[in-house]
Amino acid sequence: MPNPPLLELICPAGSLPALKAAVDNGADGVYLGLKDNTNARNFSGLNFDEKSLVEGIRYAQGKRRKVLMALNTYPQPATLPRWHKAVDTAATLGVDAIILADPGLMAYARKTHPQLRLHLSVQGSATSYEAVNFYRERFGIQRAVLPRVLSLAQVENVIENTDTEIELFGFGGLCVMVEGRCLLSSYACGDSPNTFGACSPGHAVRWEQTPKGMETRLNGVLIDRYADNEKAGYPTLCKGRFEVQGETYYALEEPTSLNSMDMLPEMARLGIAAIKIEGRQRSPAYVAQVTQVWRAAIDAVKKDRTTFKPLPAWQTALAKVSEGSMNTLGAYYRPWK
Amino acid sequence: MMLPTLHLPALPKPLLRLTAALPAWPLTPPTSRAFAFAANLAAWPSLRELDWSHVHGRHFCVQVSDIGLQLFFTLHADGFRSERRSRADVTFTASSADFARLALRLEDPDTLFFNRKLLIEGDTDLGLTVKNMLDAVELETAAARMPAGLGHLVLALRRLALKD
Repeated sequence: MPNPPLLELICPAGSLPALKAAVDNGADGVYLGLKDNTNARNFSGLNFDEKSLVEGIRYAQGKRRKVLMALNTYPQPATLPRWHKAVDTAATLGVDAIILADPGLMAYARKTHPQLRLHLSVQGSATSYEAVNFYRERFGIQRAVLPRVLSLAQVENVIENTDTEIELFGFGGLCVMVEGRCLLSSYACGDSPNTFGACSPGHAVRWEQTPKGMETRLNGVLIDRYADNEKAGYPTLCKGRFEVQGETYYALEEPTSLNSMDMLPEMARLGIAAIKIEGRQRSPAYVAQVTQVWRAAIDAVKKDRTTFKPLPAWQTALAKVSEGSMNTLGAYYRPWK
Repeated sequence: MMLPTLHLPALPKPLLRLTAALPAWPLTPPTSRAFAFAANLAAWPSLRELDWSHVHGRHFCVQVSDIGLQLFFTLHADGFRSERRSRADVTFTASSADFARLALRLEDPDTLFFNRKLLIEGDTDLGLTVKNMLDAVELETAAARMPAGLGHLVLALRRLALKD
């Protein structure tokens, strides 16, 4: 039996050039989606049609890298055939795994394509080993992507009690701490990320430079105003500044990016199967820059995790491409837990 | 509305013949015309295969902040067309250096946006669509279809910048 995977580097691909950038810079696998609402990055012009998907699979697998297809939205009764067709396409074209959130879709995939490897999406929001094991027993899930809400001590508790491979987010934009269950974008725009496939879709977003600063509006509602020298964040409700009892501040969540590189030795010790980089909506340049840095870091930690220390140049490169003004370890580091 | 005409009595005859060949001259800033001409020559050969039908006739403005340049154009089945009037459904604003870095695939637009070096005003969805469609074009393929010499220059500039 082959060794279980350890710290595979899984990078985002919103286009064929991004996929090639990931592969060329050392990703062990890429994750991607189709050009529709079967995945949670359903932005205009982004993602793969069948032609680019075939080419992407050929390119990645030709270099012995994996292609994981995200089908991580929740189908509605009227459009269910679209999701089934997407699963069939993934199986026919030979992706290495599909990433699912909806149990009904897992049941379909399991029954129709029993050879197809299934991963549980972060949108499935499984935060305990009981939940992960449920998906494994019922649908044969072989890997679970844990939401970015657990401390590493909690992650360890999951790992100790399941045979399912565990994938963690290593870097990228952070969501408010109810992943897969968030209704804020739906509240503001009328489209739920879990069905429409996009948080703060472009049609609802307006940016405008005004004498007071750059204003961001979501469906007409002012959600933030940036002074000239302030770093900006994505136009999501959770990262807006609001007036609460006479004070204007980030009332829900500050625009920050996750950067868990400091925790890599601990992740290696725990036997984390894969590290995921967020950002399918980003351009090939971002994918190339971030993949390169994380490849070097993972290689270093695998060589000797006791002496591992992130190089300042890596952190500078990552800080530059980050959303908001700071990087954080997110929930992973909670000494009081 | 009647459009004003431009009287050019002092121009020599060859130049007058040239302006006569450019019917939109009085109102189209020459920079927009030059941009559309260059874009059709350099970029359109690799962009024409994409389905742009949903952006046909939409008005774009590229605003180069450090040199005060504004380029107005539309996209049609036959390529870029400069625009007579200063109107835009979506406006992209950045410095000349940042636009160059975007064009050479050295920088990610979201990174520039976070760092307040790129602004997209107007129809955000239209802006994102164009950005994502451009991202899906491989630079090497685009360079291969540019006029001889230009493609090599683009790739050489990119390699040079990546070495820094």
